[in-house]
Amino acid sequence: MRRGLAVVLAFAVVSSAAVAVQQSHFLDVPAKDHAKTNPLAGKTDAVPAGARLYADHCAQCHHADAQGDGRKKPSLRTPRVRSATDGDLEWFLRQGDLRHGMPSWSSLTQAQRWAIIRYLRSLQ
Amino acid sequence: MIRNLLAKIGRRWLCFGLLAASLAAVVGGGFPVHLAAQEKPYFVTYSHDLEEPGNVEIETKTALARPDGGTHYGATASELEYGVRAWWTSELYLDGQTTPADSTLLTGFRLENRFRPLMREHWINPVLYVEYENISGADKTVLEVVGHDGQSDLAARNGDARREHQHEGELKLILSSNVRDWNISENFIAEKDLSHSPWEFGYAVGAARPLRTSLNARECTFCAEKLMVGAEAYGGLGNTWALTTRDTSHYVALLVGWELPGRMRISFSPGFGLTGSSLDRVYRVGVAYEMPQVGSWFRGAKGGAR
Repeated sequence: MRRGLAVVLAFAVVSSAAVAVQQSHFLDVPAKDHAKTNPLAGKTDAVPAGARLYADHCAQCHHADAQGDGRKKPSLRTPRVRSATDGDLEWFLRQGDLRHGMPSWSSLTQAQRWAIIRYLRSLQ
Repeated sequence: MIRNLLAKIGRRWLCFGLLAASLAAVVGGGFPVHLAAQEKPYFVTYSHDLEEPGNVEIETKTALARPDGGTHYGATASELEYGVRAWWTSELYLDGQTTPADSTLLTGFRLENRFRPLMREHWINPVLYVEYENISGADKTVLEVVGHDGQSDLAARNGDARREHQHEGELKLILSSNVRDWNISENFIAEKDLSHSPWEFGYAVGAARPLRTSLNARECTFCAEKLMVGAEAYGGLGNTWALTTRDTSHYVALLVGWELPGRMRISFSPGFGLTGSSLDRVYRVGVAYEMPQVGSWFRGAKGGAR
């Protein structure tokens, strides 16, 4: 009985830690960035432009369908991404997560980053 | 002027260039066509952009110049760059040069590593650069200028210059910012021959941005957003035995980069010497091809554990 409880507790701790690590990307977003809106939000021609940019820069890791590989290269069709604001996503694209293999895309222009987010939104 | 220079460099070097370009096109042809990554057209200056993890970039950087008292030459550095981690890029350079009426030779190799110590994007982003060079005195690629480097170093005949062996360590502090679609980079260089020689210092600064930053909904090749333009300046700052800018070389160069389909990129840069020790003009041409996720070929089904 005790052993079973310990296993359940350990599982709960590991799961919460994993969720915390995943969510921490957006917990760190400064309020100013969190509140940013996508200037391309209403522009339909931003979606194909974003799709091309996605194919060029993102698909090699996150795959063409944005589902990732289920291991180190995460899916972008998750509730976490869906619930993040456009500002959160733009901030994360700009920052990257160097420790976990995600490069910083600050080298793209601002318009290109917003177009990628516009495309990601069209996938959700 | 460029035509005259190319004619003097001779057919041999052009044949080599064409062969390298053909090889890149053949290699590139085997992969799906994508756009190239947004790379800066710098030749000497480094920004904080590192190679994407798992990607390999093959690049040639050719310098064409004529030192006073010497003949025209063409020197090429062939670069193999690998993104080991998102914060660590490793590179191997093989250098060579040809001087008409003299000889064509390999002049050595360089190994370099760049690390981003800070995992977040900041107003100024530092990158630490560590390099080991094993080159001969006949190396004329001029990928950095330090100490009292001058055009007289480039005028010696290859037979004499190649007898001088340089085993050098080089450190750079790269500071770089991406501000409103501009990249602004500053590099501080300290280089030391591993024999009894003083530390030599140098600098490089550059700024670049896409010619057009607004979004184009259409796929295009000949359009302004595929062109990066900028300028860089670099030069020597003396050494620990003579920490002065006297008799040092300084250059300013314009930069144009063009992103081609198939993950290829061409860069061109006319550079101009600012002091008596500098070459009057240096023309640089770069051709790059990026192969995505080469690392995963070796990791196979295990995926990218980074």
